[in-house]
Amino acid sequence: MSAAAEVAQVAQSAIDDFNAAYGLCLDDDRLEQWPNLFVDDCLYQVIARENVDNGLPAAVMYCDSRAMLVDRVVALRKANVFPEHFNRHLIGRAVITGVEGDQVSAEASYVVFQTRNDGETRIYNAGKYVDRFDLSGGTVRLKSRTCIYDTLRIATLLATPI
Amino acid sequence: MNAKTMPVAAGSEPNAVDYAVYHSQAIFTAEQENIFRGQTWCYLGLEAELANSGDFRSTHVGNTPVVVTRATDGTIHAWVNRCAHKGATVCRSLRGNQADGAFVCVYHQWAYDATGALVGVPFRRGMKGVGGYQADFDPAEHSLERLRVESFAGMVFGTFSPAIAPLEDFLGPVMRKYISRVFQRPVKVLGYARQFMAGNWKLYSENSRDSYHGALLHLFYPTFGIYRQSQESAGELSEEGFHNVFTVSKPKGDVDYGSFGDEANREMQGEAKLQDERLLAFRPEIADDVGLHIQSIFPSVVVQQIQNTLATRQIVPHGTDRTELVWTYFGYADDDEETTRHRLRNLNLVGPSGLISMEDGEAVELCQQGTIGAEGKRSFVEMGGDDVRQYYAPMGMDENSVRGFWKGYLGLMGNALADLAAEGRA
Repeated sequence: MSAAAEVAQVAQSAIDDFNAAYGLCLDDDRLEQWPNLFVDDCLYQVIARENVDNGLPAAVMYCDSRAMLVDRVVALRKANVFPEHFNRHLIGRAVITGVEGDQVSAEASYVVFQTRNDGETRIYNAGKYVDRFDLSGGTVRLKSRTCIYDTLRIATLLATPI
Repeated sequence: MNAKTMPVAAGSEPNAVDYAVYHSQAIFTAEQENIFRGQTWCYLGLEAELANSGDFRSTHVGNTPVVVTRATDGTIHAWVNRCAHKGATVCRSLRGNQADGAFVCVYHQWAYDATGALVGVPFRRGMKGVGGYQADFDPAEHSLERLRVESFAGMVFGTFSPAIAPLEDFLGPVMRKYISRVFQRPVKVLGYARQFMAGNWKLYSENSRDSYHGALLHLFYPTFGIYRQSQESAGELSEEGFHNVFTVSKPKGDVDYGSFGDEANREMQGEAKLQDERLLAFRPEIADDVGLHIQSIFPSVVVQQIQNTLATRQIVPHGTDRTELVWTYFGYADDDEETTRHRLRNLNLVGPSGLISMEDGEAVELCQQGTIGAEGKRSFVEMGGDDVRQYYAPMGMDENSVRGFWKGYLGLMGNALADLAAEGRA
């Protein structure tokens, strides 16, 4: 097995574990821990598939530093008003798309179900993550995560991260 | 007429509106006729979305599906997306380029050009003398239903009315001045976001005109201690009252939200500190200090500049309690990459996930839910008086523009509401 293939195999399980933990971190409302899943100099964005397909850059969330993720969380906790809800992430097995040393690119499909106070669970946002991971130092952290959503009609608003 | 038979909804006034207007299917239907397909110009899109001949974009006028196109001669056209044969949807894509200029209904392949003219009917003469249309079949009588189209400063509008005055008159001098401010130079589209609210379109129209809620519902600024009393604001209305614009100039003084916090009922915390201030960075790029410009053009579009975000928000009413908001974000055509990145960062403030605006979607739904079963009861829109003034400053302590909306709305709907009430349908 080549070195790259070996890294990819290790990365596969590390990234799948990471994604599972990422989803639960958000769904369990541990929002304050969420920025720690990213490197300082990161990029996190949530963008409509219709924009990506047409080469248009506008995203509904565009955070190009971990500090900006922290600001999002503080705003959600202290300032923003949104429907009370639970989210539930189902994240598919990651597909490794590139390996460069300990920098790994991957993609994974996701679905976020949302349950509001009326008790009905709806498909809230479906799409895919396009990611770049930093696997250095024995930890897995996101250098960038682009959430490309198919669900072009956002129900009411999109407050908590995907 | 006693209270029991008093017309519901017809009894509305600009400062007191019967909640039936958000729920009545009969009123919704009458609005399509009297407002969206009536004496108004409705926003269709931006010229920048139709840069090349053959470009098209699917859009709506009220709940009517409409396609706006650029024909081979460069002119812009709009037609109802409904085949003249069986009523099928002709154009099934959101946007694109129809290089050969033909829009073909997939059902029976009736073909139309970009202007909506019928240019092809399969087997029109039948085959081998069998079938086909009668000899007097005239394609010209079977074109797509066309709208009048006019543009102002790069914004494209359409109307079903053959009688209404030109677009520039409908907008009026004040609205034109402010549209020209945002569209001061050519723009390029940065992308879209679509937001679907379980609420009536008029609740959003009120919301975009309501400056009273600004710093009370949207707590991002005060939470991060950024609310500034020293900022200057002003609101202007069109003559009919139904268009409005308000602007807030770049804060000049120090942070001071103390007196505001005393007045507001919800806790103003203010001790949080923004970790990455690039989010809020503002680079004045128009020859004034205006950092916020929100302009609502009746009945269906909002033009905004908030910090360095530029957008139109198109309001599409799909039903009494189903409203889609289509955000079209843009920058200037000559933006460099760094400027675009700055706009993307600022866009965190607005849109469906906007740190200073996401609450609007929730407010619309709360009002829709709260007014179920409240037909005959009326809202109370008297902050800052019960009249409609064309100029108001400072903003924030009045609902002048909301009353302006209702004044214009009731003017267009008045007879229809009275008729519905007389029939006991609303």
